Amino acid sequence: MSIKYGLLALLAEAPTHGYQLKTAFERRTGGSWELNIGQVYTTLQRLERDGLVEAADTDDARNDYKITDAGRTTLDAWFATPVVPEGPARDELMIKVLLAVAAADVDVTTILQRQRTASVAQLQAYTRRKAQADPQADFAFLMMIDALIFRTEAEVRWLDACEARIRQRRPVKERPR
Amino acid sequence: MTIMVQLDGATRWFGSGHTEVVALHPTDLTVAVGELVAVMGPSGSGKTTLLSLVGGLDRPSGGRVIVAGQDVGALDPRNLAVLRRRSVGYVFQDLNLLNGLTARENVSLPLELDGRPPAEARAAAAEVLASVGLADLGDRYPDDLSGGEQQRVAIARALVGGRRILLADEPTGALDSITGESVMRLLRTHCDQGGTGILVTHDAAHAAWADRVVFLRDGRIVDEARRAASLEFPDEALPILSAIGPGPT
Repeated sequence: MSIKYGLLALLAEAPTHGYQLKTAFERRTGGSWELNIGQVYTTLQRLERDGLVEAADTDDARNDYKITDAGRTTLDAWFATPVVPEGPARDELMIKVLLAVAAADVDVTTILQRQRTASVAQLQAYTRRKAQADPQADFAFLMMIDALIFRTEAEVRWLDACEARIRQRRPVKERPR
Repeated sequence: MTIMVQLDGATRWFGSGHTEVVALHPTDLTVAVGELVAVMGPSGSGKTTLLSLVGGLDRPSGGRVIVAGQDVGALDPRNLAVLRRRSVGYVFQDLNLLNGLTARENVSLPLELDGRPPAEARAAAAEVLASVGLADLGDRYPDDLSGGEQQRVAIARALVGGRRILLADEPTGALDSITGESVMRLLRTHCDQGGTGILVTHDAAHAAWADRVVFLRDGRIVDEARRAASLEFPDEALPILSAIGPGPT
């Protein structure tokens, strides 16, 4: 996704300027996405060109922007639309396992276990951070780390399912043709 | 590092000859004071056998299992029962709380069965219930508690009387993920405060609360995971991340 909607969401709350948008965006997204200030200004210029934001007339000398009605409509439509994957993800792990299953001279079980160990070690790192976080003050960070944990957990569950399927398949001898 | 649990070539088989089934091949594992170790593996991989050996519910067919300095296989039944009552606490998926007793009575029961005076047992139960965040719910019956609260009672019962070794078999089984997380925090806290824990689970997100995760396959430990150095959140970034919150509203 582009940061366009993120900036619109922040400007929908109050007119503000580029640097403030950068820090607010990073805070709201749990520190998961560090913005380049140049990227913020380029995006603001594009949003202004498209009529979604405009210069705010404020007393001080900062270049504050505010959201337009068209900008609010665009933002509302974005929030209202579920996020749907655009196609099968070309995930390296999935491809690796599928190719390993097809290869004659590769020990798939070992590959699965190595990956499982690595994924669980990663989960341990996430969980340690979760344990250290403050449930109130680090609210956004916790929601982000939950997302990372659930994704990694799903990976491990998939590896477990792959192994179970491979075990079920093993006794079957190739049929004579 | 003080070793609290040690498996030294511990093995368990059932039957003999053609009908012999090996539930646990000779296995080495040590768990130190302050450590939480998770055991992961599919059904039938030997997880529960391993836990039963450590808990003194079963004896090894070969090798040694040493718990709190005592050789489980060499203890007579009376001393084995004493080890189970005083050193080891169990938490299961199905809680086994007694519905006719209040939360506090459930927790004090192991101490009373161990011959402690009822008043002392009740005081100890109240204290450990408070430590799991249930100070005000001691008079409730299990049916009047949520699933998460019931599991906290079960943990309190496992820890009461200063038992330091906590053995948990799928303790978060029926709980939603956030409630399950609060149970895992309790296990983690117990170990951080100098306890020792072994957790059996098939859930990687819960196993990840452990210091080490050992993987069992067909009665053998095949690998072990330790916390990775995080690329996303290197240790030096923590103070910055901790300052990140929901922002002004």
